[in-house]
Amino acid sequence: MTDDTHNTTTELTDNLVKNSKSAIDYVLDSCEAIGVTIMHLFRIIGGISIFVFNAVTHVFLPPFYPRLILRQFVDIGYYSLPVVGMTALFTGMVLALQSYTGFARFNAESAVASVVVLSITRELAPVLAGLMVAGRVGASMAAEIGTMRVTEQIDALSTLSVNPFKYLIAPRVIAGTLMLPVLVLIGDIVGVFGGYLVSIYNLGFSPGSYLSQTWNIIERVDVVSGLVKAAVFGFLVSVMGCYHGFNSGRGAQGVGAATTYAVVSSSILILISNYLLTQVFFS
Amino acid sequence: MSEAEQNIKLRLCGVKKSFGSNKVLQGVDLEIPKGKSLVVIGGSGTGKSVMLKCVLGLIQPDEGSILIDGQESVGVDSKERDRIMRKFGMLFQGAALFDSLKIWENVAFGLIQGRGMDREEARKIAIEKIQAVGLRASVGDLFPAELSGGMQKRVGLARAIAANPEIIFFDEPTTGLDPIMADVINDLIVDCVKDLGATTLSITHDMASARKIADNVAMIYQGRIVWHGPVEELDHSGNDYVDQFIHGRADGPITEDSKLMHEAA
Repeated sequence: MTDDTHNTTTELTDNLVKNSKSAIDYVLDSCEAIGVTIMHLFRIIGGISIFVFNAVTHVFLPPFYPRLILRQFVDIGYYSLPVVGMTALFTGMVLALQSYTGFARFNAESAVASVVVLSITRELAPVLAGLMVAGRVGASMAAEIGTMRVTEQIDALSTLSVNPFKYLIAPRVIAGTLMLPVLVLIGDIVGVFGGYLVSIYNLGFSPGSYLSQTWNIIERVDVVSGLVKAAVFGFLVSVMGCYHGFNSGRGAQGVGAATTYAVVSSSILILISNYLLTQVFFS
Repeated sequence: MSEAEQNIKLRLCGVKKSFGSNKVLQGVDLEIPKGKSLVVIGGSGTGKSVMLKCVLGLIQPDEGSILIDGQESVGVDSKERDRIMRKFGMLFQGAALFDSLKIWENVAFGLIQGRGMDREEARKIAIEKIQAVGLRASVGDLFPAELSGGMQKRVGLARAIAANPEIIFFDEPTTGLDPIMADVINDLIVDCVKDLGATTLSITHDMASARKIADNVAMIYQGRIVWHGPVEELDHSGNDYVDQFIHGRADGPITEDSKLMHEAA
């Protein structure tokens, strides 16, 4: 072996030793990655908390924008009616069919009316309406506010002495929180009506006994719990839609990502808060 | 306060701003006398827009002081900030018109929502301003999407001057416009500012625009002001960075610094 070759081999070996990572390095790298992720998570939670605080504060502090609130009532409430109505109608119909075929095995067909009305009012109408509104309204809020962020319209509001939280966020949060219970109440009626239609015209129930069973089983807490859930879901959907839009990244990709995050985060929060509220009301 | 200091409308002292490890502003010092027009030139990513947003209060600087009429504007409460903002008008790069509002509502927005003016009175003022920037009154009933880029810029200018502000900011006022429309906008800016007697701060990399609207020019480079002087001295600044920038040369100290930074990275 010549001296040159020997030197080159020694250099390569030294470099390999220098570049190779020890087990401790890998452990430290993993710890760093976990730490960065946790810090990122805390940053997001902190950001959302501050945003929610600002949003709620501006809901109660003047000036108010009644025209904008009214417009959001129409956008969120009126235009979501067909989606929520269709969802509730077909859910009630399917529920009647499924519970009939299930209960027929135990000769308990008479429980269909009870199952339909309790399932609809307590769970299905609020959760499904919440998820449908998250898809329709949450996405639209994130896209609209995100586009305003990207095109500097939100900065323009500030330079025109208008607080973006009061002008953009507060009306949406008010309308979301107040309109979802209204939608759910309508969904309750439509869903029970869907179950009634299938039960009477398809399963051969007597209209009088079906309605009396429905009326006898339902209690005030069944409806009220559903409406309280709806108000919470409406708040979550509007806050998540506004938060992700307000903090949207640049360009079409940023707005697209904000829209996705808004729908996904509000849907997950609806499911989690539904469990917690059910625990509070019925445990 | 001396008379010279009283004559200063806007002053920035040692303004710094970083985003993570990216030091965007590294100590900006600037001042604009009352009624004068300062144009800040500089390449993309040199901190022009961040500096403007710091002055407007849209971004909080990490360090430094921004004085408006001798009064500190950094770290003030929201009421005081609101009072300061009433002195400002702003023309955004993309006009930033509100899509859902008619043109007259856009122009009157600050008057109605920000100052609580009656809608009819605000509409009259809006139509006057729309005509002042060379558009027909009937344009007021259209929506922003129905206008060309040049017309949107004019509406943006009408909105910026609607409340007769004391200080007007222009962010790349001619970007995206053809040379003729760019010159029209420059003329409108000069005329409107002269009529109002306002102080203006513009940022641009369009040299034709800078020469037309500026009383003074400052060049920002790597987050610092590297040259500041009257527009007449721009061609004899004696600053290599300014010379390369205003002549648009590919070779010069800016390109060399950029190469060195890439090598270091």
